[in-house]
Amino acid sequence: MWRDAVLVCSKDLRIEARSRVGLNQVVPFAAAVLLLFGLALGPDRHALEPAASGLFWIAVLLTVVLAVQRSFAVESADSARDGLRLSGLDPAGIFLGKGAAIVVQLLVLEGLLTIGVALLYGAQLSGGLVLLAACLTASIGLAAVGVVYGAVSSGVRVKETLLPLLFLPVAAPVLLGATKAWNAALAGTPAHAGIWLSLLAIFAVLYVAVGIAAFGPLLEDS
Amino acid sequence: MSRLDATGDPVLTERDDDVTSGAVAFGETAPAASPPPRAATHASRASVREDVDDATTTEAGPADGGAAPSAVSPKAMARGSAPRAARSDRVVRAVGTAALVGVAVTVWLGLWVTPNAVDFGNLVRLLYIHPPLAWVMFIAYGVATFSSLLYLWPRTRHARFDRLAGASAEVGVVFTGLTLVTGSVWGRPTWGVWWTWDPLLTTTALLFVLYLGYLALRKVPGDRETVARRSAIAGLIAFLDVPIVFVSVSWWRSLHQAPTVDVANGHLYVHGSMAWTLALGFVSFTLVYVWLMVHRYRLAVLRDREDDEGLDAALAERWAEGTR
Repeated sequence: MWRDAVLVCSKDLRIEARSRVGLNQVVPFAAAVLLLFGLALGPDRHALEPAASGLFWIAVLLTVVLAVQRSFAVESADSARDGLRLSGLDPAGIFLGKGAAIVVQLLVLEGLLTIGVALLYGAQLSGGLVLLAACLTASIGLAAVGVVYGAVSSGVRVKETLLPLLFLPVAAPVLLGATKAWNAALAGTPAHAGIWLSLLAIFAVLYVAVGIAAFGPLLEDS
Repeated sequence: MSRLDATGDPVLTERDDDVTSGAVAFGETAPAASPPPRAATHASRASVREDVDDATTTEAGPADGGAAPSAVSPKAMARGSAPRAARSDRVVRAVGTAALVGVAVTVWLGLWVTPNAVDFGNLVRLLYIHPPLAWVMFIAYGVATFSSLLYLWPRTRHARFDRLAGASAEVGVVFTGLTLVTGSVWGRPTWGVWWTWDPLLTTTALLFVLYLGYLALRKVPGDRETVARRSAIAGLIAFLDVPIVFVSVSWWRSLHQAPTVDVANGHLYVHGSMAWTLALGFVSFTLVYVWLMVHRYRLAVLRDREDDEGLDAALAERWAEGTR
């Protein structure tokens, strides 16, 4: 399972590195979202700074949808999906691999967005360890749910509209937990983030387990 | 409708068990139906028509007079000769009648008989429907999730659990919407706002959106088994999210208030008529749920059967034309 996961993960990351879709489209999209939030809440820094972590995570949530769609668009071209099924790889391994690739992309994106938030919204970055822990646990949870729903909606014609509808409400606790953890860290009280980090961790563990169990049947017949 | 129960068609008989009691496995009926010998189809159609013609009421005449073959007409498929089907028909009708009477009596008790509450005045009358609606919502999602689990479990995998999950979730979404609306109407005069970010409210709203997504996924066309499997998984993911959402929103918003429940309990001991009205509300809305769900379930069976047999019937028709 783990070997298969590493294989799939490195395959996905290699495709991303070569196609540069993430760099050329997803990152600029996230930057545009940050700018638009700035316009909406407008030029007053007193309004933007307290909202910074929430806006950051909304931007992340929106890009997860794109990343997941991209991850499954790669499989749908040239019947790559059939190839994947024929390859004899463990479905759980495929799930973990695709999820891990998305987590890596998300972490890179979150790093860039953090810089953006600091520059545009004037957020004072502090409690780096909590920020990083929140990013990691939240990304794992989001990637796990995203990959399962990506597989659920990958075979269908209306996937572009279906995936956000399915994914975003489920991700609500992650948005809450990650925002609260970031707020606590940015406010200089990282001790308050503990409960939210544990929530994020529970979410991640739960949905990784669901994904491992469900991915086989999902891949089998769609 | 029951006059069609006199049909002596064995094919219809066997299938009708599935509509009501689920006695015949879905997977078993489909292949049995797929190669209908031309003669047999003709014979069965003829027998249906004959029996309908024999019926004393004229109502069935025009319905059958159309060009559509009776073997696929929903009415003929829904009703059969099996006594069990007729019996369960009667049960469903009884449940429907009881639900209607129950709701009517609840409305009467709630609006005219029960007194105003000391603190809430006329507002308390919302109490007789709001908690029962929420209760039905929980039952509906519980049934949907349990059916999804049963469908995913290989030993109990059966199309009937998929239909049950779909039917129950659909009714659940309707009741969630009604719960939100009645809650909002209650909230405006008591809290002064239409909406508050209370954990219960927020969770319910998210539940509403989650299951709207689930229903949207169910509507996506595809191979039936694929649709069933992915719906079951999506339903399970959605349900697992509910407690996490609730916990997170509770932490987020620690000024948790559960006035409705407390008020309900308070009045249960104080006013007899109010307690009875509320209890009747619970019972009658549960009956409404059962009735709606049975009908949605039957509709799902008919849809599946139309998919299966529509083509076969059309093919049989075509073959019959060729031999003329």
